[in-house]
Amino acid sequence: MSTDRLISYSEAINEALQEEMRRDADIVLMGEDIGSYGGVFKVTKGLYSEFGAERVIDTPISETGFIGAGVGAAMTGLIPIIEIMWIDFTLVALDQIVNQAAKLKYMSGGQTSIPLVIRTQGGGGRGNGAQHSQSLETIFAHIPGLKVVAPSTPYDAKGLLKTAVREGSPVIFIEHKMLYNQKGHVPLESYTIPLGQSDVKRRGKDVTLVSLSRMVLFSLEAAELLSQEGIEVEVIDLRTLVPLDLAAVIQSVKQTHRVVIVHEATGAYGWGAEISARIQEEAFDELDAPIVRVTAEDTPVPYNLNLEKEMLPQVKDIVNAIRKSIQ
Amino acid sequence: MSKYMNKHLLDEASWKWDEKLVLQAWRLLNLIREFEEKSIEMYKAGLMGGSLHSYIGQEAVAAGMGMVMEPQDYMTMTYRGRGQALAKGADPYRLFAEMMGRADGYCQGKGGPMHIASSELGILGANGIVGAGIPIAVGAAFTSKLKKQQRVSVTFFGDGATNQGAFHEGLNLAAVFKLPVVFVCENNLYSEMTPIKDSLLNEHIAERGAAYRIPSVIVDGNDIRAVHEVGQEAMARARAGGGPTFIEAKTYRLVGHMFGDSESYRERAEVERWRQKEPLIQFKELCLNLNLLPEETLSAVTEEIRNQIGDAYELARKASEPELEEIFTHVY
Repeated sequence: MSTDRLISYSEAINEALQEEMRRDADIVLMGEDIGSYGGVFKVTKGLYSEFGAERVIDTPISETGFIGAGVGAAMTGLIPIIEIMWIDFTLVALDQIVNQAAKLKYMSGGQTSIPLVIRTQGGGGRGNGAQHSQSLETIFAHIPGLKVVAPSTPYDAKGLLKTAVREGSPVIFIEHKMLYNQKGHVPLESYTIPLGQSDVKRRGKDVTLVSLSRMVLFSLEAAELLSQEGIEVEVIDLRTLVPLDLAAVIQSVKQTHRVVIVHEATGAYGWGAEISARIQEEAFDELDAPIVRVTAEDTPVPYNLNLEKEMLPQVKDIVNAIRKSIQ
Repeated sequence: MSKYMNKHLLDEASWKWDEKLVLQAWRLLNLIREFEEKSIEMYKAGLMGGSLHSYIGQEAVAAGMGMVMEPQDYMTMTYRGRGQALAKGADPYRLFAEMMGRADGYCQGKGGPMHIASSELGILGANGIVGAGIPIAVGAAFTSKLKKQQRVSVTFFGDGATNQGAFHEGLNLAAVFKLPVVFVCENNLYSEMTPIKDSLLNEHIAERGAAYRIPSVIVDGNDIRAVHEVGQEAMARARAGGGPTFIEAKTYRLVGHMFGDSESYRERAEVERWRQKEPLIQFKELCLNLNLLPEETLSAVTEEIRNQIGDAYELARKASEPELEEIFTHVY
């Protein structure tokens, strides 16, 4: 019998780490301040005392160095889970992620594999400014060799992280800083969620809304508001960009014939454009209206909270986009 | 001079190798040289893509380290790295095949000359990005330490790499975590086409190792005996849990950065001066002067290896192309 409880997104991730580290002694954590301090978002809290300094490794502020070391460790028998405190800092180490981790299996003709998870957090909403608020999932989704996960709920975060650790190839696991304190139902029993399987977070017949991470929560709010007017929105949480569950999106489009795509990343060349293109390639005849995108403005994230809020997609923007789609 | 840095001086009077070692050294030097000469022929014949970065002149570094590495040890190297691969035991046929993009190549033709890797030989990979192999080798050493495997990571890189962040971060991590890594900087005086003296102010690059409190040694990279001696000490320190060592091997690339390089950045006279003390000539003279091996034996080895390389090359020329489906394998 399932024993359900409410725990936070950060607690769910912490549990996934703990369970996986207990299951497999080859798993090590690396990152800045993740040891006895427990990480700046407290996601690794308690793991240092259970697994010790050998497996929960505080690194120098040296992202290229320790992501590179993670790649080398992954090639030689460990499964490193690396915490990059802010997704913005992955940019310092893109060579090790994009040129090394993503390509070494391919370039070696399959001789090696890189079982590596890079856990990081992105997104805006708390006035962290332009270098601590970005949504960069598209950069990684664009690179063959990387899988990209961005969960919206504690349940998804735990199940997807456990799968990511067992995936045997590099996974960029993107958490959202505004979700860490969000609570949700998580069973006590162990479970995993496969990558590449989207989740319908709300059923609806009028419009298909495609989103992930924090924007799923905003989209559900928008759907609830519109439901009061009799507009039923189907909210699909992609959960992973790579692999992409396009089939589920197409299936929904065949029912609703209308699509709204919502992401927190900036719009130009963002993943919404990719989804839009794929839908029209595979289901052009099913569309009764142009696909609408809701994204951040194409600017850096401003510090001022009013400006930040205006720059990032809000519930009202999603509501407007859905109205536009069904006009 | 920092207490972490010293200049190696070979004690000529007490130096002694048995015939087996002398032959091993001579074979390795020739193997690399002949392979590199044949590679130029291959490139000129239009049988390979991209660029060819030749190792001619620097053979004593790879060969000397190759003599002290164990099969289980890990290695990363650079796009100039076929010499180190051979020193680690790579099969010339599979190297040529890879350079020609054939299915029998180490990477099934999907890596190419800049990305030679062999999991069975502990070759984690050559790298097309300057300095990128350094933190990867550090990570392998991390595994070795955690799993108590006594496997040492040896990472080869050029003088130019020492201006990269990855170099400094890798050295610092190895020092802080006391990892079994041997950093081998092959200072060939030029980072690609730019004299290294224009790119850093240090008199010796070993100063940079010492700055991280890593025992650092400057060695004559054209003398295989000297490389062997410092390499042996470094490997022993790493294996015994004593942490990393930094080796600056002073050497010289006798050919261009890549085939076709105009070499306008250096005088022919400079190249000729270095040619007088290139590693094969040096070692051959030593063998003759000290009566270690007779001329006939030395020449016979060269001849035998030349034939071996020629055969491997001809065989690789006939090797199959990979299937088109291989585009889509090994992506994830």
